[in-house]
Amino acid sequence: MDWKLDDGRPIWVQLAENLTRRIVSGQYPPGSRLPAVRELAQEAGVNPNTMQRALAQLETDGLAASNRTAGRTVTEDAAVLENTRRHLARQNIAFYLNSMAQLGYDADQAAALLKEVRE
Amino acid sequence: MNEIILCHGLTKTFGAVRALDNVELTLPRGRIVGLLGPNGSGKTTLIKLLCGLLQPTSGTVEIDGCAVGVHTKSVTSYLPDRMYFADWMRAGDLVDLFADFYRDFDRTKCTGMCAALGIHARDRIKTMSKGTKEKLQLALVMSRRAQLYLLDEPIAGVDPAARDFILNTILTNYNEDGTVLLSTHLISDIERVLDEAVFLKAGRVVRHESVDSIRETEGKSVDALFREIFRTQPMEGGAW
Repeated sequence: MDWKLDDGRPIWVQLAENLTRRIVSGQYPPGSRLPAVRELAQEAGVNPNTMQRALAQLETDGLAASNRTAGRTVTEDAAVLENTRRHLARQNIAFYLNSMAQLGYDADQAAALLKEVRE
Repeated sequence: MNEIILCHGLTKTFGAVRALDNVELTLPRGRIVGLLGPNGSGKTTLIKLLCGLLQPTSGTVEIDGCAVGVHTKSVTSYLPDRMYFADWMRAGDLVDLFADFYRDFDRTKCTGMCAALGIHARDRIKTMSKGTKEKLQLALVMSRRAQLYLLDEPIAGVDPAARDFILNTILTNYNEDGTVLLSTHLISDIERVLDEAVFLKAGRVVRHESVDSIRETEGKSVDALFREIFRTQPMEGGAW
């Protein structure tokens, strides 16, 4: 997954979203150690302070924790991970329903169409 | 002492032209700060005052708690907006020169960077492309362990790939409690690298804020805000 940043929204927010997706998708598995701030900042081509702020947000969200010895690790709390995954899924669904509404389909029609395409 | 730069009422005039007009500016340590403004807004003048190449007409400048002088020059690493090396020199000569001149120069770091750039010690400056010269110069300047890096238009003359390389060099090589002040008008390229943006307009600081707080409050990128603030206005007619 790359670091695409769009205009108009704070960079740290977008970095935190990207990191969150990496965690729930298992790219950074539960209990694993996250790369260092500098490393991540360099990978994303952003200021280390901005990356630091994004990582602090992950800690606030309970997705990561700082240990004095092991650096920053991904949470092993399955409930937190599942909640976050759900939350992101809901966002995607809302986005889908919204763009379908723009095309003139209501939620039921959109769901039916989704099922149809899947079959 | 948390500030690296403290400017107070800083004014510089060239004849009738007020290049800088009563600038109040405080910059903390450990930041990457963009000095943004259109041509002629005073970016280079401010940088030259900070490194002691110009004397203020009035007002004061302090770096690391001292007036500009021997101490401040020893902690400041300056990249001018044009090349100042003799073009008969070879890359290796410049590395020697910097090593002689600056106690905080890290030769290993510099030669490593040059190698990554494909610059050999025996390459003559005369034969280098404009982009290569800029990269060499940046490698030299960033190889000092300075507290303040003053970079005047570091990405102006190079292609987008070299630009990425230069930004990466800045990101990975500035020392953690050093501050980088870089001037540019190519904002979209550097926006994600910056902590803070200082907008200069006709010699005055019109805005000084963190990049993310600009994005948060304005709902647009710093580049978009820049275009809005500096939308070209018709000049007022001068008397001829």
